[in-house]
Amino acid sequence: MLAVETISKTFNPGGVNERVALQEITLHLKPGEVVTIIGGNGAGKSTLLNCIAGVYPVDRGRIVLDGKEIHCQQEHTRAGSIGRVFQDPMLGTAASMTIEENLVLALRRGRSKKLRRGVTRKERELFRERLELLGLGLENRLSTKVGLLSGGQRQALTLLMATIAMPRLLLLDEHTAALDPKTATKVLQLTRTIVEENKLTTMMVTHNMEQALSFGTRTLMLHEGRILLDIDGPQREKTRVPDLLAMFEKASGKALGNDRMLLA
Amino acid sequence: MSASIFVGVLELGLLWGIMVLGVYLTFRILDFPDLTVDGSFTLGAAIAAHTIIIGYDPWLGTALALVGGALAGLVTGFLHTQLRITPLLAGILSMIALYSINLRIMGKSMISLLRMDTIYTDIISWGISEYFSVLILGLTATAVVILLLYLFLETEVGLALRATGDNEQMIRSLGVNTNTMKMIGLSLSNTLIAFSGALIAQKQGFADVGMGIGMIIVGLASVIIGEVLIGNLTLLRALVAVVMGSIIYRLVIAIVLQLELVAPTDLKLFTAIIVTLALSSPVIKEFVAGRGAREKGEKNAGC
Ligand SMILES: Nc1ncnc2c1ncn2[C@@H]1O[C@H](COP(=O)(O)OP(=O)(O)O)[C@@H](O)[C@H]1O
Ligand SMILES: [Mg+2]
Repeated sequence: MLAVETISKTFNPGGVNERVALQEITLHLKPGEVVTIIGGNGAGKSTLLNCIAGVYPVDRGRIVLDGKEIHCQQEHTRAGSIGRVFQDPMLGTAASMTIEENLVLALRRGRSKKLRRGVTRKERELFRERLELLGLGLENRLSTKVGLLSGGQRQALTLLMATIAMPRLLLLDEHTAALDPKTATKVLQLTRTIVEENKLTTMMVTHNMEQALSFGTRTLMLHEGRILLDIDGPQREKTRVPDLLAMFEKASGKALGNDRMLLA
Repeated sequence: MSASIFVGVLELGLLWGIMVLGVYLTFRILDFPDLTVDGSFTLGAAIAAHTIIIGYDPWLGTALALVGGALAGLVTGFLHTQLRITPLLAGILSMIALYSINLRIMGKSMISLLRMDTIYTDIISWGISEYFSVLILGLTATAVVILLLYLFLETEVGLALRATGDNEQMIRSLGVNTNTMKMIGLSLSNTLIAFSGALIAQKQGFADVGMGIGMIIVGLASVIIGEVLIGNLTLLRALVAVVMGSIIYRLVIAIVLQLELVAPTDLKLFTAIIVTLALSSPVIKEFVAGRGAREKGEKNAGC
């Protein structure tokens, strides 16, 4: 499904601000696999997703999606098969445009844009149906500008936009981190439903260790641009948060000095 | 104020309104402060005037002006998207280059169209009263432009273009080549601006190499007046609003000139002060701040 082979990424190579973000990361995802990713600040989690999505070119290595090499494609070319939700709810939607206009752009993801009418009646029906599933009452506000929605509503909408065109791969980067706890739980629940119902191959970055173990089927831990830990199946079943912390200490040789992660 | 002054205000407001729509398209919809305007407005006037004095049909001249404007916009787009020059500088470069190009097209710094056939004299020959010819043509042209622009902005391409101006990262993650959208937007905007230049030159009976100077500020003033007084709740309303803004701006200018509050030579200073005041007024401040905050957010998160 997705094969990431020994990719490396260094920002500002040779400069004073040189940052090694990814070091020879290799990772294979099976169809329908749902991977959670944890790691301290600056571990390279976002960079990994950004490299897969094509925001940054990789320095070395290959990325293959569905048997097609994608690491040389530009971001907008890959976007046809990759759905994304960012941490900041403001980033995933266009505030000055209406809910239906945002959704129609998402529905036509990756297809070349033509000079035909943006939103059709049939599509409007589909949007209503899908928005109803979010349970936020957005189905009656199709022509409301997205800028008027709350952060949680916008993030739920972004999630719907990322999945409405059935991406081959869904990338979630701490997409509940900026929401209040109640909304975060709701959006995570929605994520679970959508991912399971559509059997979406998913990578989800989270700073919540509990969540990392309970969501999905496999968990990765990143540290300094490398994969420290990669567990699934029975081994993951019996892993608890303290075990994760211990594994991190053992593998990295230091305590996980990141309160954000411990607070999970 | 006499009726003829009022008709004059309406005429200029409408003809210049098409330029204002172009400015609105780049500054507001595409979020690209394009300064090509001053050059492409004159370009439209120069092409139309030159075509007319060498004896061709004024409609052909007007059509060629549109093509010239489109090309000017593409050049600015190329400078920005391919050579990675910042929007402001890309626009200034095109504007400066166009000054020479316009001189070359005209062959001198001014072309008079006195007693030449223009699109206005042409429609008079169709039986339209001379008194209303500019008004009728201006009204028709503006209405058609607003309608076409509105329909375009509701198509898939139009939506993608608006999203490019709103949230570039998001629309790229949805598979849209934002460079292409910027090229389309800039080209379309400068097409409208050159069209306006061609219409104005034929109305006033001359093209002057300096006639575009300060056009961008006139455009912005009109956009702001329209947004504040009429609002931009829906897209169609916003498009009508900026043309209304253009008419109101002309009205204000006519009044201050009529009452001799401002000397004609001080008009540009007056306009600059008006725009400065408008830009620093609380409503506008909030609007600008809202945009700025979002842009910062875009840079901070996700990477
Ligand atoms: N655009 C960038 N330019 C320069 N350095 C970057 C950029 N993005 C990330 N980095 C650096 O790469 C490293 C990994 O960052 P990131 O992937 O954002 O970590 P995480 O998401 O795990 O917190 C950090 O050292 C960070 O400073
Ligand atoms: Mg991150």
